[in-house]
Amino acid sequence: MPSYNDLKEVSTEYMLFKAKREEQFITGSEAVREAVRRANIEVAISYPITPQSESMHLVGDLYAEGFVKEYFRGENEFAVMSEIAGAAMGGARTFTATCGPGTLRAFENFPMWAGARLPIVMAFMPRGVNSPLTIQPDTIEMGFLLDTGIMMLHAENAQDLYDMLLMSFDIVEQTSVHIPIGVFIDGFFVTHTRQKVHIVTEDVRLKPYNPSLSPVPIMDMETPPFRCMRDPFVMKSNYISYAAHASWQQEIMASAQRAKRHIKKYLGNFIEQENPSAPIQIVASGTAVSQSREAIKMLKEDGISAGLVKVKLIRPFPTKEIKNALSKTEKIIIPEFNRTGWLAREIASTIPNNDRIVPGPRVYGGMTMPPEVIVEVVKNGTPIGI
Amino acid sequence: MSLDITKINPHFEDVMPQEYIDLVKNGPFGNEKSQKDLGTFKELLEEHPLCAGCNLALAFRILVGSLPNPEDTIIVGSTGCSSLAFSQLALHNIHSVFGNQNAVATGLKTALRLRFPDKIKDVIVMAGDGATADIGLDMTLHSWFRGDKITTVMFDNELYANTGGQESGMSVRDTVLYMAPKGKKFNKINLPDMAIAAGCSYVAVVSTARTKPISDCFKKAVLITREIGPTYIQIYTPCPTNLKIKPYESKKVATDRSKSDYQFREHITDDAKKYLESLKP
Repeated sequence: MPSYNDLKEVSTEYMLFKAKREEQFITGSEAVREAVRRANIEVAISYPITPQSESMHLVGDLYAEGFVKEYFRGENEFAVMSEIAGAAMGGARTFTATCGPGTLRAFENFPMWAGARLPIVMAFMPRGVNSPLTIQPDTIEMGFLLDTGIMMLHAENAQDLYDMLLMSFDIVEQTSVHIPIGVFIDGFFVTHTRQKVHIVTEDVRLKPYNPSLSPVPIMDMETPPFRCMRDPFVMKSNYISYAAHASWQQEIMASAQRAKRHIKKYLGNFIEQENPSAPIQIVASGTAVSQSREAIKMLKEDGISAGLVKVKLIRPFPTKEIKNALSKTEKIIIPEFNRTGWLAREIASTIPNNDRIVPGPRVYGGMTMPPEVIVEVVKNGTPIGI
Repeated sequence: MSLDITKINPHFEDVMPQEYIDLVKNGPFGNEKSQKDLGTFKELLEEHPLCAGCNLALAFRILVGSLPNPEDTIIVGSTGCSSLAFSQLALHNIHSVFGNQNAVATGLKTALRLRFPDKIKDVIVMAGDGATADIGLDMTLHSWFRGDKITTVMFDNELYANTGGQESGMSVRDTVLYMAPKGKKFNKINLPDMAIAAGCSYVAVVSTARTKPISDCFKKAVLITREIGPTYIQIYTPCPTNLKIKPYESKKVATDRSKSDYQFREHITDDAKKYLESLKP
């Protein structure tokens, strides 16, 4: 195994598309470790909460091996996200991960990160947040995060997770973007299971973050201006104050739109389609995509032709692509691993004639989603789990 | 920072605000000041909007005017009255969310240590009693437990001043305040003793009754933080607006309390003492 100093610095493009890879049989958490190993992370901060703990303690191993420059365990998720913010404001490339209740405890930080234009890359491994206590997989927290201003990618499997993490640093560190991104992977189903993942084996690492490209001053007293503001517009009740806040929020939204071309460069299309001309389309993200693939095979055996729309980018939402993909579809099935059906809501607010949508099946509380359930919903046209 | 960064491009001199020109020509960058110099140089704090007679403003002015190295100082604040002064400050400063100031400072210090291994960057937290001892208490304490090299300053006005005067953990027992309609039912939090127990190398309790100790203790704290470990300064800064007293009487409140239950206190570890002595010429 090479050490950090043996790794040659390369572009994200080289890392993703040119570097030699080798198939490894590893868990989702190990895929996080392998992405972080080559991501040239300066500050990683962890908090132990299942199932994030495994990935973040594996990142701790990388620190011990010298691949991550600074690493420690913070006192709670709210504090960790604040510590990550401080490190990013100080001009460091950062990484952390959380899930479920941890996400909610840290929540106030996410809109702050976006508002402060922090280029933070973070992994979320969603799980249930309900009471009574659960630690089981559930993507409900993604619904909560939709309007925080952070960008969101939803990985289907460990390979997606690995690639999405590695591409994210260059996307968020663009001067015109510089807002955080979350890479989401369904907890347990992917983090704790082994899959074949193509891992870069060449001795390379990403080029370091260049904080001088930040669109807002880095807080280091090296970057002018050192007087950044006059007048505390936080408390002023006047139009100029409102306009300052409103235009700032518009700028965050615009940053996400500007990110699209960089996301496209590495991710390809924001959605992936199979059998696009079929009258029935199953639209899904995360591991629901894998279950849908199985369901489509079973439907084919029964003589029913169904297509698949895999949504990879959740924020900014690929409105145009979804609308085009579903323009001629007669029936749209949206299987989800949560109770609220946030993806169904997003699709319903995007397409015309949204009575074509069957917003299910939905499973939650840690349930798996047998493909038979999707098949049943396709055949009967009535959602299950709502 | 390189002092060149503060200099004005000659082509822009005619359009720069006078306050900025004064700051470059007669400011504290590269030229350490203290409380006794106030009024003789251009201060970093410009036209703050805090109330008449605000003791927090007085303490803030003294602290900012006493920074050993303002050109390499980053201040982390929190929500509250002090956040209204931060926006007037000619130093890099951070407000993120309420109560997380010590956590942000930890992350910032970590990044700056990595990026500038050969330079001292002073990371200083300045926040109110609500941010430090209530909502942010776990993060205040944990930054001390970890031994993070951060100077923490609390402006203690013994209530939530910016939201209209609600009870805080630092309020005095039996005081009738919003949210304590029958008087506060428990004692004032003894944060200085907690700071000592949590591992602070230097702890000082001062008040706006006298300005020199604020300046002196703060300078000591910043210097000790650089080499030895975390330090804590607690400043009593009575709030005339919420105490419903005349602005010119607020300093008298500080003077009275400094003679009774808010007396000057200082704790210094042997290591810190030795270090300070080693700095003497």
